[in-house]
Amino acid sequence: MANLKDLRNRIASVQSTQKITRAMQMVAASKLRRAQDAAEAARPYAERMEQVLASLARSVGDAEGAPRLLAGTGSDQTHLVVVATAERGLCGSFNSTIVRGAIKHIDKLLGQGKTVKIFCIGRKGAVPLRRSHGSYIVEEVVFEDVSQVGFAQAHPVAEQVLEMFEAGEFDICTVFYNKFESVLTQVVTAMQLVPAALPEAAEDEEDTNVDLGGAAYDYEPDEETILRDLLPRNVATQLLRALLENGASEMGAKMTAMDNATRNAGDMIDSLTITYNRSRQAVITKELIEIISGAEAL
Amino acid sequence: MADSIAFELVSPDRLLMSADVVQVMLSGREGDFTVLPGHAPVVTTLRPSIVEVIQTAGGETTRIFVRGGFADVAADRLTVLAEEAIMVDELDRATLEQRIQDATEDVDDATDDNVREAAKELLERLQALLEALD
Repeated sequence: MANLKDLRNRIASVQSTQKITRAMQMVAASKLRRAQDAAEAARPYAERMEQVLASLARSVGDAEGAPRLLAGTGSDQTHLVVVATAERGLCGSFNSTIVRGAIKHIDKLLGQGKTVKIFCIGRKGAVPLRRSHGSYIVEEVVFEDVSQVGFAQAHPVAEQVLEMFEAGEFDICTVFYNKFESVLTQVVTAMQLVPAALPEAAEDEEDTNVDLGGAAYDYEPDEETILRDLLPRNVATQLLRALLENGASEMGAKMTAMDNATRNAGDMIDSLTITYNRSRQAVITKELIEIISGAEAL
Repeated sequence: MADSIAFELVSPDRLLMSADVVQVMLSGREGDFTVLPGHAPVVTTLRPSIVEVIQTAGGETTRIFVRGGFADVAADRLTVLAEEAIMVDELDRATLEQRIQDATEDVDDATDDNVREAAKELLERLQALLEALD
């Protein structure tokens, strides 16, 4: 039977673990609020951007001179896979699901004989990927000490991706991140960044907007110059959106994971306490028996 | 024809303003222009500048500093997508000076002419803004 002192120590240690997980859960909950607000605040910009781009893209059409960011390079041989994960662990399966999703995609591409390059954002994705697909990783970005991801973080990453595209280092770029559905559910999402994937469904609605007054849009300067200006910005915007969604998802996952951990610790304390009480009882009973049998022997 | 424009100003991290207004002054890539209700549809890129919004006829002017971006104008709505936008009222000397310093560094660090021009333009705007603040 376990020693009483050992049991007491174990209970105390589980209790302090529980305190930590509970604190982490509360921190995650308040961070989640902020991350969620940020993700929601970024939505209007991204949506408008998409609308304007879609109407521009329609008017430029598939013309010869269409920017490559929109029309693609005409090849799909080299893929850049951007894997966006968190900086920290202790958030359940958050990081591993993204990595797993990305690896599945990468292996499929490799199976088709494509060239794959991996761009890691976040420490937690880089580590497992380095183990299995280390030779494909071309870039790693870590946002250490960044409490809230913003445009300031997304912008340099977008620049880097664009530079690589300009240098002809890849044809298609896909971002993997966790889309925030609710605190409990996060969905691994693959978003095509280059060439720009524009919503087709928005077309009808867009047309009614454009037709107002029966006048055609004027572009100042011309369509192509605007597109050239807009498309790189769109990459940054979409990337920011992915990062913000990811941030909210991370906090949601962490909250759930820490909630579970707190509950597990509680269960453990209960069962340890029962064991402790039983052993204490047994010790007392044993002592009583010893005293009584000692008295009887006299 | 409507007598107001549905004006929206969004930056990547938030929706700054969404209101019905009567007049907006913008600095487009190819010149400054004023949008009144019934304006011809136009899409244009913006220079780093101050957007002046008048909400009601004869009312006060709201000034917002935008750093690049573009505007989507239609007869009854105007959407400004700014790369960065700050209410002029919220600007203070210290942040402005910091920005000017950053912009000066950008001008010095620029490796090609286009980037340098853009940084220079931003710098000039910021300096003008600082003077206006005094």
